[in-house]
Amino acid sequence: MSSKVLETIGLTKYFYEPTKFKVLDNITMSVDHGEFVSIVGKSGCGKSTLLYLLSTMDTDYEGQVLIHEELVTGQSDIDLARIRNEKIGFVFQFHYLLSEYTVLKNVMLPGLKLQQYSEAEIEHRAMDHLKTLGMQDQALKMPNQLSGGQKQRVAIARALINDPLIIMGDEPTGNLDKKNSDLVFDIFKELTQEHNQTLLVVTHDADFAGRTNRIITMEDGKIIS
Amino acid sequence: MNYRLILNIAVHLLRARLKQTVVAAVGVTFGIAMFITLLGFMNGLNDLLDGLMLNRTPHVRLYNEIKPAENQPVNLSDDYKNATNFITSIKPKDRGKAIYNSKTIIRILKEDKRVVDVAPKVTTPVFFNSGTIEISGIINGISVAAEEELFKFSDYVTEGNIADLEQNNSIIIGSGLAKKMMLAKGDIIKVTTPKGNLASLKIVGISQIGIAEIDDVMSTTSLSTAQKFLGEPTNYITDIQLKLHDINLAPQLAKEFGTKFGIDAIDYQTANSQFETGSNVRSIISYSVGIVLLIVAGFGIYNILNMMIYEKMDSIAILKATGFSGNDVKWIFITLSLIIGLAGGFLGLIFGFAFSSIIDTIPFETSSLPTIKTYPINYNPMYYVIGITFALFTTAVAGLLPALKASKIDPVEIIRGK
Repeated sequence: MSSKVLETIGLTKYFYEPTKFKVLDNITMSVDHGEFVSIVGKSGCGKSTLLYLLSTMDTDYEGQVLIHEELVTGQSDIDLARIRNEKIGFVFQFHYLLSEYTVLKNVMLPGLKLQQYSEAEIEHRAMDHLKTLGMQDQALKMPNQLSGGQKQRVAIARALINDPLIIMGDEPTGNLDKKNSDLVFDIFKELTQEHNQTLLVVTHDADFAGRTNRIITMEDGKIIS
Repeated sequence: MNYRLILNIAVHLLRARLKQTVVAAVGVTFGIAMFITLLGFMNGLNDLLDGLMLNRTPHVRLYNEIKPAENQPVNLSDDYKNATNFITSIKPKDRGKAIYNSKTIIRILKEDKRVVDVAPKVTTPVFFNSGTIEISGIINGISVAAEEELFKFSDYVTEGNIADLEQNNSIIIGSGLAKKMMLAKGDIIKVTTPKGNLASLKIVGISQIGIAEIDDVMSTTSLSTAQKFLGEPTNYITDIQLKLHDINLAPQLAKEFGTKFGIDAIDYQTANSQFETGSNVRSIISYSVGIVLLIVAGFGIYNILNMMIYEKMDSIAILKATGFSGNDVKWIFITLSLIIGLAGGFLGLIFGFAFSSIIDTIPFETSSLPTIKTYPINYNPMYYVIGITFALFTTAVAGLLPALKASKIDPVEIIRGK
């Protein structure tokens, strides 16, 4: 199996509103298996935009994106959804839990969509992930009964449910206080060290970035280091 | 696609917005209930009025019409064959009212597979004598069993029993006639025929068709009594009435029998053409009102789903981010809409049936319709099938637009917007 999990070749993207503006300029990069990579840069440098291109949710760009050496550029909506479901886990700044479901069901949802395991097994796996994150006692609560840090941990459990190739984070600690930020970072660190999980995190928290394996710094739509 | 999961998500979204869901479903329920009630009631009335006509008019009637001979002598002459003949002052020819060879015709018709039954009839104008006053009227001599089979004559006999007509010299008179002449059941009525024969008949019943003009003049007696007081033999028949298996064949069969037996024939449709129009217009009105109600309910669903999509933008975005395709999201919202449609629709059917049953018990008594005691309702299952089908159709269409919108939501826009 190749060690290259994620690769981009000459990614260029424009924003058209209010005027035509080059957000990303010919970005070529790759992420290897087991790496914990952070993307940093000033606000507006295009780091989040890059992440959403890599996540396959934004398809309006020039260049190529390869996930696991498979070209995803130009695939259909349904195929891209399947790739996201199977290979990518997301943690956003905001937790985005579904308020209609319990914590456990929220974690299970991407697994139920993938249908790789039976419902009982998915539930068991979800419980395991929650346990790892110290959330097993909250499993049957509704999301609005949890604190911000707890919600973010549930979101991480949800990102893990399908054993993704890579977990992508968009300012995952942006809304959290120092204590919870550290907690989330420790979880990420543990995932890379113990489970060899690949992580790609966009952040403007220099302290957070400083502790990752590799830092990609961006400025004005270009990678500068 | 994982339908169970999609259904599960739809149900959870609905439960989170229970109040709005109920309001939307009630809209559908109301629409369907009114649709069913209206159709049932309208068609009940239609059936009643159709029955009124059908019970008086045979599907096909064979008779001799008094009219000019179709082939005037000059047309038969070879000398004037190629000429255009103008004939003035033609008088109608009386071929006699009796149908020639009636027994044979009846036998042949009874063997015809398309014909349910045949009822021979003798119709004659008469004078009813009351003291010195003479009142003109009509006597129908009927074959009691056949007439009952074809026209449910007993429905219109308010007093007495039609079986009593089998007795010699008995008569059932119209209610208007009975009132005018102060006659009751058991009295004797004196009748003068056009040929001057006098007969005394015993009144065994009073009939009421519901149309005053007819009740004022019409009386009914048995075939044999009529033939007897007219002084005619037992093969004297003036009308042959047919009931068909398929009423739509009436115009065609009327033509066929008319030519075959060389007599005049008129079909139900021709005899009641305006009446059919009335029925159709009433049906169209009730269908359109029902459909309008459902469309209004559809707009309600559309609004509520649209609002729900705005509220659930975040959920839709995360569903998409975690691997649900636009198509999945579309189906979640269509399913949501169909659940509202199904639940509302089924309740609507139940309420529609309940309303119909209530109307069915409301007293509706009118002198012109003696056998009707309550408002008529038609419980045709077809209306219920149409109702639920249309409920599902409307809700699916109403849900489709918001669903397409939801499927096109760009998750990046929502997630980055925070």
